[in-house]
Amino acid sequence: MTDLTFSYFPGCSAESTGSSFTQSMNYVAEKIGMKLEEIDDWCCCGTSAARITNDDLKHALPTRSLALSEQQHPGMPVIASCAACYSVLKEAQVYAAESEENLAHVNSLIDMDYHASIDVTNILEVLVQPDVQEKVVAALKTKLNGAKLACYYGCLLVRPTEVVQFDNPENPTKMEGLLNACGAECVDWSFKTECCGASNHIVSPKAARKAVERIFRNAKANGADAIVTACPLCWLNLDMREDQVNSEMGTDYHLPVYYFTELIAMAMGATADEAGLKKHFEPAEAYAASLFKQPEAEEVAK
Amino acid sequence: MHTVNLSNVSPDARAACAEIARKADVNLRDCYQCGKCSAGCPMSEDMDLPPRQVIRKLQLGLLDEALSASSPWLCAQCQVCSVRCPQGIDITGIMREVRRASKAAGKRSLPESDVFEDLFLKKVKKKGRSNEQYLAASYNMSSGHLMQDMGSAPKMLSKGLVGVKAQSVRDIDAVRKIFEKCEEGRDA
Repeated sequence: MTDLTFSYFPGCSAESTGSSFTQSMNYVAEKIGMKLEEIDDWCCCGTSAARITNDDLKHALPTRSLALSEQQHPGMPVIASCAACYSVLKEAQVYAAESEENLAHVNSLIDMDYHASIDVTNILEVLVQPDVQEKVVAALKTKLNGAKLACYYGCLLVRPTEVVQFDNPENPTKMEGLLNACGAECVDWSFKTECCGASNHIVSPKAARKAVERIFRNAKANGADAIVTACPLCWLNLDMREDQVNSEMGTDYHLPVYYFTELIAMAMGATADEAGLKKHFEPAEAYAASLFKQPEAEEVAK
Repeated sequence: MHTVNLSNVSPDARAACAEIARKADVNLRDCYQCGKCSAGCPMSEDMDLPPRQVIRKLQLGLLDEALSASSPWLCAQCQVCSVRCPQGIDITGIMREVRRASKAAGKRSLPESDVFEDLFLKKVKKKGRSNEQYLAASYNMSSGHLMQDMGSAPKMLSKGLVGVKAQSVRDIDAVRKIFEKCEEGRDA
């Protein structure tokens, strides 16, 4: 049985652009008896900015939060919701666990006594554990009614492969497994692990829009009615940029973009507001409502 | 196709290219120029030198051409190239090291990218956490793209995706000390 008590690293987007991820995750967690104990005084993981700029900073920033977690929640695995936070925390943990030398080096940088004793995981990785997935399915009030979803993993849940070891880096299928178990009929498509363009939407918007446009195009070509993500930056780059792609590139995409937890929360009984759907740019409520039509009402209509 | 005169390549340039590869933990001779990295790169369409060609320049000691390229600045560090390389070369690492060397040489061919990463870290050093709304505003000021994404701002505010209040850690001194130590040992 998977222990469902975790030391929780929210990350900087948890209360802002990723807030619908946070609230839908909390809803699902409560329904399956998962406990998320926040690491007190956690700091920014440094994300790609630290990674590209300074090798020491890349390890030191996330390790401070991991060391705090060891102090506050001994023995508890660390869980992140954001895929970028997860990747950076996991990489720092793997680096420190690799050798005594690495561990001593990072401890000298943060001036703490970190032991690299605990593993780092993410909310998707936990929910797809067979026994946890069973609990999720058991907590559903309604099914996802054959929803044609394109599961979008992006980069950081599957790469670098030797660090995350979560799923097949070219064709991951665990998110599909979970959502299909909830009654969806996820589509097979080619752009599951393509990059959303990340911060290039700010520094080089023209190049980045093409990356997002290709993702929408491929999802649609493969019959998807919506895209499902597990990363706040992927979500923002798809959901907020969809309308911009249409106006800048002459396309006409109207695929709602969900966090996988939003749809599961709604199937568990959350309202659109509770699941976070009112925070979307591309309207997301109508499609979700069409999925959760009461079967009785359908029968009556026939 | 054009002719490249390799007899003019200086030993210094060759050594600098080798140093970039060493820092990325890559043996440049492993690359046989298959181009799989460039084929999978989500940004290669907009790059002046796709990843394969950046490696070729380094192999040949053509340092200036590698350092002047926009590609390391457009690289989103998505790591598709590294995962797919049949020779197991960490091309993402090469792009990162070329970018650092390009910055050290004062060549940043996409200054926006450099401005953004530096601002991000500067703000994290100050608050311990990132505040997206203030980061976006400062970026627009610093980069000169004043109106960028301003159309989305009212929606983001009204939907509660961003607020006015900035988040920060309590033990900000600890975070600042970490930054200072890491900045000291940067090239160690």
